[in-house]
Amino acid sequence: MPETEPTDPFVIAGTVVGSRLLLGTGGMQSPESLAAALIASGTSLATVAVRRVDPGTRHSLVDLLEGLGIRILPNTAGCFTAADAVLTARLAREAFATDWVKLEVIGDDRTLLPDPIELVAAAEQLADDGFVVLPYCGDDPVVARRLEQVGCAAVMPLGAPIGSGLGIRNPHNIELIVEQSGVPVVLDAGIGTASDACRAMELGCSAVLVASAVTRAEDPALMAGAMRDAVAAGRAARLAGRISRRFVAEASSSFEGLVGGGMTIPGPG
Amino acid sequence: MSGTTVNGAPADLAPGTTVADLVAARCTSAKGVAVALNGEVVPRSTWGSTQVTPGDDVEIVTAAAGG
Repeated sequence: MPETEPTDPFVIAGTVVGSRLLLGTGGMQSPESLAAALIASGTSLATVAVRRVDPGTRHSLVDLLEGLGIRILPNTAGCFTAADAVLTARLAREAFATDWVKLEVIGDDRTLLPDPIELVAAAEQLADDGFVVLPYCGDDPVVARRLEQVGCAAVMPLGAPIGSGLGIRNPHNIELIVEQSGVPVVLDAGIGTASDACRAMELGCSAVLVASAVTRAEDPALMAGAMRDAVAAGRAARLAGRISRRFVAEASSSFEGLVGGGMTIPGPG
Repeated sequence: MSGTTVNGAPADLAPGTTVADLVAARCTSAKGVAVALNGEVVPRSTWGSTQVTPGDDVEIVTAAAGG
């Protein structure tokens, strides 16, 4: 199944991204298994963190991603204030020659939930500075609207806390965010397995970002392929338009010409 | 020279050391690298002309695996 139909492109800030599955690169055992998972996922956009150089590091994550033709999405992971996140984003722009940033401003070190006050402040500064801002946010529709209003190119609500694998804890809020948003909604964080990613797409998200669910799976490349198929299936199901939920059965076989003449079928209601 | 730090660690730098010198000494390649001097990004084009002076706080960063 192709990850993106030509008639249904995934676009952020006027740029066709390609795959609707974004991949995080953290948590993998080796550069080799990361490369295998990236390839199996079919992703076009992968996140990297910005950290102090380690003279002992031999492999280059930038070279790996460039070699695979995958666009780099730097993040501000680990930042707890708007000021730190803005500086990190500016360093990333200089390092990777991209003005795209996954903006994270964390408010609590146990749950890693975003700090909405600092997040909106940082998003506004970066959007004003010409960045394409993709903020990691809670599943609060009001915060999502604020982020869009200050100029974010997408919103990335969590399904559940980072790395928890708990899936989408509040699907109704995700639907509310999708319904109101004029920018793409990317479900970020909380995905545990393929059905969670499929569900996000069925709820109307434009894309899904997965990190731990792939990188910490027993077989990361196998899970990456499963995520790819799940995202494609969920997107197709969303576009296909699911049936309404009914309280009782509705036969799919006609009762016309039923052997024995049939019985009186009570009408609905 | 007192109080100069590079990536959080005290650094004893020769007078006239530039940002470009520091990057060359600490990175296998300048690709994917960025530098902040006292909390402000130093554009790549000015690394060679930007000297680190005593008391400066230098951060040299690159990509690391991350969600």
